[in-house]
Amino acid sequence: MLGYTGTLLRVNLTDNTIKKEPLNLEDAKNYIGARGLGTRYFMKEVDPKVEPFSPDNKLIFMTGPLTGTLATSSGRYEVIAKAPLTGTIGASNSGGHFGPELKYAGYDGIIFEGKSEKPVYLYINDDEVELRDAAHLWGKNVFETTDMLIEEAGEDAKVACIGPGGEKLVLFATVMNDRHRAAGRSGLGAVMGSKNLKAIVVKGSKSVEVAKPKEFLEICKKSRDMLKNHPVTGEGLPTYGTQILVNILNQSGGLPTRNWRDGGVFEYADETSGETLTEKYLVRNKGCFGCNIGCGRVTRIAEGKFKSFGEGPEYEAGWAFGADCGVRNLEAISKANFICNELGIDPITMGATIACAMEMYEKGILTSKELGRDLPFGDDEGIVEFTRMTGLREGFGDIMAMGSYRMAEHYGHPELSMTVKKQEMPAYDGRCLQGMGLEYATSNRGACHVRGYLTSPEILGIPEKLDPFVTDEKASWLKTFQDLTAVVDSAGICLFTTFGIGLPEISEMLRTATGIDLTDEEILQAGERIWNLEKLFNLEAGFTKADDKLPDRLLKEPMPSGPAKGLVTQLDTMLKEYYQIRGWDEEGVPTDEKLKILAIE
Amino acid sequence: MGRNAHTCHCAKESICRAIIAKTDGLLLLNNKYIKKEVRLASSGVQQIMSKVLMIAPEKCIGCRTCELICSFNRMEEFNPKQAAVTVLAYDEAAISVPIMCMQCEDPSCMKVCPVGAIARDENNAVIIEDQRCIGCKMCISACPLGNITFSSKEKKLIKCDLCGGNPQCAELCPSGAIQYKEATPANLNKKMKIGEKFKDLFGEVYE
Repeated sequence: MLGYTGTLLRVNLTDNTIKKEPLNLEDAKNYIGARGLGTRYFMKEVDPKVEPFSPDNKLIFMTGPLTGTLATSSGRYEVIAKAPLTGTIGASNSGGHFGPELKYAGYDGIIFEGKSEKPVYLYINDDEVELRDAAHLWGKNVFETTDMLIEEAGEDAKVACIGPGGEKLVLFATVMNDRHRAAGRSGLGAVMGSKNLKAIVVKGSKSVEVAKPKEFLEICKKSRDMLKNHPVTGEGLPTYGTQILVNILNQSGGLPTRNWRDGGVFEYADETSGETLTEKYLVRNKGCFGCNIGCGRVTRIAEGKFKSFGEGPEYEAGWAFGADCGVRNLEAISKANFICNELGIDPITMGATIACAMEMYEKGILTSKELGRDLPFGDDEGIVEFTRMTGLREGFGDIMAMGSYRMAEHYGHPELSMTVKKQEMPAYDGRCLQGMGLEYATSNRGACHVRGYLTSPEILGIPEKLDPFVTDEKASWLKTFQDLTAVVDSAGICLFTTFGIGLPEISEMLRTATGIDLTDEEILQAGERIWNLEKLFNLEAGFTKADDKLPDRLLKEPMPSGPAKGLVTQLDTMLKEYYQIRGWDEEGVPTDEKLKILAIE
Repeated sequence: MGRNAHTCHCAKESICRAIIAKTDGLLLLNNKYIKKEVRLASSGVQQIMSKVLMIAPEKCIGCRTCELICSFNRMEEFNPKQAAVTVLAYDEAAISVPIMCMQCEDPSCMKVCPVGAIARDENNAVIIEDQRCIGCKMCISACPLGNITFSSKEKKLIKCDLCGGNPQCAELCPSGAIQYKEATPANLNKKMKIGEKFKDLFGEVYE
């Protein structure tokens, strides 16, 4: 089977052993790669009730069969572990160049087991693989760590690492690669930190081969042309980056404002938009490996107290520090985002946690004495300062490092945390975008926008326009989107490609790369299989229907203003329909019949 | 050379002169740029223009698609380290520079080759003829730009051959950082601007 390298690394950090083992090809066929295949390995080997920071939790890095090929935006790899923020299956993917390099070194993935006694990093140079001492790297931020490791290993080395956030077990710490790219959500960087694993350095000189070179080249070129000619991937994202969504969501009335309290319209949205970012701060576009979209932003704040240079902010990060905190200063927003990358923490959860603290401060639940300073909505210095303190777990940052749910619960007000399964909802208000509300409630890794991005039909009209305010057919759309996203994530390509290409192109790339002759429908069913597998993990970990819910604010507080004024998320209606369409029982448990159809043991 | 000198041997002396006049001496348009005569198959008309690879690092998004397609075109495998083009990424300066053979008009590699295995083809590409090449690798040392490498896997030298006149790196480059264009005055002016930037960035300064 080509597309894959056919070899996995198994690294036991407790007894310092490294083994190479053949990839389970049967599982690869059924679960594709990356997210699906990594989850399959994880579930075979780890008890779902494991404590996330226990040495028994494993940490898996997995690429897909398209990673490192000419397939559209093929730079992706997935990190999988039980997630400390949510307690669900944690699967988070990232672009950049690290994933492809791992394949060029000859490996589809790495399974880390146990826990090292002291800080180490894994060095891979083709067949040479060893654990090395990382004492000199511990405490260094992401950029320092990356620079030091490239200095040690050579210019062509690619680095994935954690920053102080991961070392100090911030519950939403990220795994960072190529400096600015993040496997960002649900705290997998903290799992890496709990294992005393600071980094992975990889250099590869081998080839990735595909089964049908001529046909593969043809479908890749066709797919690239489709992306180039699509208004979103060919024009919107390259020109303005993901921040282009700020004004679009604001006009639709779906931009959550001030901890979701003030409805879906932020009066200063334009000051924080992609248009403003492009006009004032953009240095140049940047693409991940093999990408012909190039949505990445290299930005510079040339002077002033927020002077900085880096990448981003992306839409969700910009929203979390911006509209959600009521902050209109794009320089402060960018700076806070850069600090997240430096310290290795998730800017969505970080910004949303500060927003929650701002509301608690306003309500008098948190005082300036506890916080160490005032923290009103709109406090631009506040977002920067608390982000830094959280990444380093200093002062009140030590409390914020648990995320907004645990912070608000600690003070007796969990209802002020805008989370599902303890993970913060991102930048689309579920009262305006009903389908996104259902997506947050049902996502297998807690609230998340990139498990079934219904914003695409509900707002952008891709592949067709749906009315965001109504619930009709949203369950069925969401199922298809979730299953297709599982395919995309598992193939090793970027979700953004699905604006311009669809199942037929992705399936054809997979078929011609691997030589596995599955129909489009069978490939989509593999996505459904992956979704159900993740669901089974969460059920075995103790999650129930009661956890497939939304914060009361979305269910009981009607949208106070804007185009969606008066609406709440009609979750009950959609959830019932969703379970039915998924072939699950009324409690949201996959039926035996469904599991038989999907051939899940 | 006088500014209106016509030193090439093209068939269209008048056009050549017109170009030189129009660019007002900004371009040193001599026979080195335009010695190739492109025959248009349909009309049989001879043109003086020649396509060249142009790189614009300020446009490069660092995606390395060029490395992917280059290696695939040569060996039907994806392997950036076996590509004739390399994207050098300077993350700290937020710039990436694609580098490949620029098909020198006076190639050191060709001069140093002891067996005459390096020649120029009909696309103006400097190519290595595998049958003649003895693998001595002197060309690697001779190339002042470091644009020839050796594949230990294939046991042969890796050098850009312009893909037979349709360089795939330029075709698939999403940002226009690599372009394969006619060496028209307009395009060459653009090239000179880029050159000036490089001079400013890396050139020696004499006080």
